[in-house]
Amino acid sequence: MGVIMLLLLASISVAGSFLAAFIWSVKSGQYDDEQSPPIRILFDDSVTDKD
Amino acid sequence: MQQSPISASAVSCFHCGEDCGQIQIQAHGKYFCCEGCRMVYELLNSKGLCDYYSFNQTPGNNQRIPVRSDKFQFLEDDPIQRSLISFRNDTQTHVSFYLPQVHCSSCLWLLENLHRINPGVMSSKVNFERKEATVVFDHHVISLRAVAELLTSIGYEPYISFHDMQKKKPVQDRRKIYRLGVAGFCFANIMLLSFPEYLGIDIKEAHLLNFFRYVNLGLSLPVFFYSAAEFYTSAWQALRHRFLNIDAPIVLAILVTFFRSVYEVYTGTGSGYFDSMTGIVFFMLAGRVLQDRTHKQLSFDRDYTSYFPIAVTRVNDTEQHSVSLSEIKLNDTLLIHHQELIPADGILTRGKALIDYSFVTGESAPVMKEMGEMVYAGGRQMAGNIEILVIREVAQSYLTRLWNRDVFSKEKDSQTSFVHALSRWFTWIVFAIAAIAGTYWMLHDETRMWNAITAVLIIACPCALLLSNTFTNGNILRQLSARKLYLRNAAVIENLADIDTIVFDKTGTLTTGVSEDVVYDGRPIPAPIRRKIATLAAQSTHPLSKSILQWAGESLQDVSLAFREESGKGIEGMVDGDLIAMGSAAFITGKEDTHETLAAVYLSVEGKFMGCFRFRNHYREAIPALLQELKQHYHLVVLSGDNPGEEANLRQMLGREAALYFRQQPEDKLDKLKLLQEQGHSVMMIGDGLNDSGALKQADVGMALADNTNHFTPASDAIIDAQVLPKLYRFIQLCRANRRIVMAAFLVSIVYNITGLWFAVQGNLSPMIAAILMPSSSLSILLITYGFSNMASRKLLPET
Repeated sequence: MGVIMLLLLASISVAGSFLAAFIWSVKSGQYDDEQSPPIRILFDDSVTDKD
Repeated sequence: MQQSPISASAVSCFHCGEDCGQIQIQAHGKYFCCEGCRMVYELLNSKGLCDYYSFNQTPGNNQRIPVRSDKFQFLEDDPIQRSLISFRNDTQTHVSFYLPQVHCSSCLWLLENLHRINPGVMSSKVNFERKEATVVFDHHVISLRAVAELLTSIGYEPYISFHDMQKKKPVQDRRKIYRLGVAGFCFANIMLLSFPEYLGIDIKEAHLLNFFRYVNLGLSLPVFFYSAAEFYTSAWQALRHRFLNIDAPIVLAILVTFFRSVYEVYTGTGSGYFDSMTGIVFFMLAGRVLQDRTHKQLSFDRDYTSYFPIAVTRVNDTEQHSVSLSEIKLNDTLLIHHQELIPADGILTRGKALIDYSFVTGESAPVMKEMGEMVYAGGRQMAGNIEILVIREVAQSYLTRLWNRDVFSKEKDSQTSFVHALSRWFTWIVFAIAAIAGTYWMLHDETRMWNAITAVLIIACPCALLLSNTFTNGNILRQLSARKLYLRNAAVIENLADIDTIVFDKTGTLTTGVSEDVVYDGRPIPAPIRRKIATLAAQSTHPLSKSILQWAGESLQDVSLAFREESGKGIEGMVDGDLIAMGSAAFITGKEDTHETLAAVYLSVEGKFMGCFRFRNHYREAIPALLQELKQHYHLVVLSGDNPGEEANLRQMLGREAALYFRQQPEDKLDKLKLLQEQGHSVMMIGDGLNDSGALKQADVGMALADNTNHFTPASDAIIDAQVLPKLYRFIQLCRANRRIVMAAFLVSIVYNITGLWFAVQGNLSPMIAAILMPSSSLSILLITYGFSNMASRKLLPET
């Protein structure tokens, strides 16, 4: 009994933290632009910065 | 750097990739088509930003038309600055610019490295879908105007319109997504916690069972009160307008399910249907979210303010000021630069105007205006700078008057979808079944009566219909936009399926509006003279000269040339010893030509009349074939702002039944549309310019045509890329298939409903059966709608 309660609490809080993460990611605008991040990640960090 | 006239094989510009033509600029071992492109290259080279060219070949934007150096002077004006800036504190300012030129990964990279060109810029971030760059800069180091000029100097001229100043951008509504997230979370957990009960928990652990039931009740509360609120408000709003939409029976089912479940848990008689309820809310919200995914890069709500510049130059005695459009008063004198839009009606007081009204009237040829003549708002000045005296303010001008008509103030009714009518039928049938089951059990076993009635209402809500409708709509919208037809929302699919009349604008829609076919009629022209004509035509700024130049071929290089151009009349010149003149009938022959309907340019060589050039509109490719196909199924109408010069040609393409109207003012177009609708037609209008705005708004489906979807299109229900216009009929067929697919999915779901009803009327619908039926019916609907709509779109419109 006790152990099931504990597991239940753990599973719901883990799922709850995922829900919070989801809402945060939407709120911070991560899904507003789905085109630039995949391009941006391919850029090198200024290798040819000579000046 | 040197200029070298190489006429060998075409060389393309290192920066923008366009053909360099005859004048090539060579610098750093690379070729450029113009000074502008070279300057951008040199700027990037000096800052070590030539990686720009390594991500994509020739990523630049053509710089042939230089931007006026004081163009962004208005950004020094305080009220304008305040309206554009999104955030400012002591050390930094945030501003977002719309940059229509953004098109590739190089653009993204360069625009996010702005800080390396100017240290005053702290950071910049591009939103690729919206083509927007948000720049954070230190306003002590660099001014807003300088930021705009910096962007312009690398080929990304910000587009700032009057519209940006008027209202703040709408904040994206993300509530539906939060609601979906919460519903998903609760649904999954409730399902998990329901398993022990379904799989048969040990009778010794009954207290645990009760605990699970209460946890489920707790988890269903956020769904009931928060996630499903979407449906409550929609149903309530419709009811207030005395309309029963599909959300009303759904709300009824949610309420019945919830309260019966609470009752069961409270009395300890059962576990309730929490998993079915949260599941259906989750699936329905998912359908709505998918259906409402809009095209962020496109705007369907542009009015004239998006076309107008944010500021114009006002001339006071000797000084010039940039003022915002709303500050323009009567009797102000405005300086209109070359290629600028006239913002208010006025009288020409200085300079000669060559005004292109195609934007407002659809007339393809620019008109000449002399000093003292009226010029109207919306025209674009094509030849040099002019000054006008304002006689009507912006809001009262000829063009903007159109927007004061009531058609622009009312929203289109979106509650006409067939699913609402269907759901009403469905609901009455369900009520009837519930009543019959209730009466039966009242007579036979009263204890089962409420059980049976509520179970019927739970199992037979029209959720399946809503699901199949939203998922099909969402998928069809996506399929259409993958093929470059962008619809404003799902309601347009149905409207498009129902039309019986198609109205076309001519200039810019049926015709390309840019290039014209030149037909020469007269005595034969020897080849050397032909090249001399080209040389002379190249000197003129008149748009018809450009068409003649194209017709005549390459112009001569390094020839002795002396010419005189009389604006609006013609051009006359000595080209390598030959006297050539081209122009209006009066300019060449001395007599007006009165019975000419097409635009014509007369030609004389050595004072002798040779013949004349006539200009025919150049129809878009495949337009004749499209019209041929459409005229078999639809009533076709052409509303043109142009003169009837093309009537015979159009008549031939459209057939005898089509109605052709010429010289239609924007308001005439609107009224013609209204008339057609009053005659009981369901009308689609296809147009491209501001002059069609009224008609586009009035039509059942207003479709704006764009050669480039980044360009500005008037407010409309749909935007179609000019390339795919020939497939119009197939698009309409796909929209028609939409309804059949919804019905097919709905019929399949009814099988599940009948199975459920079988248990429900007997009063023994167990939560487990409901929990199996609900997700399996939802999933099969999802598969059917996706499968069928993908199949239909692939069959009708194979992707190339």
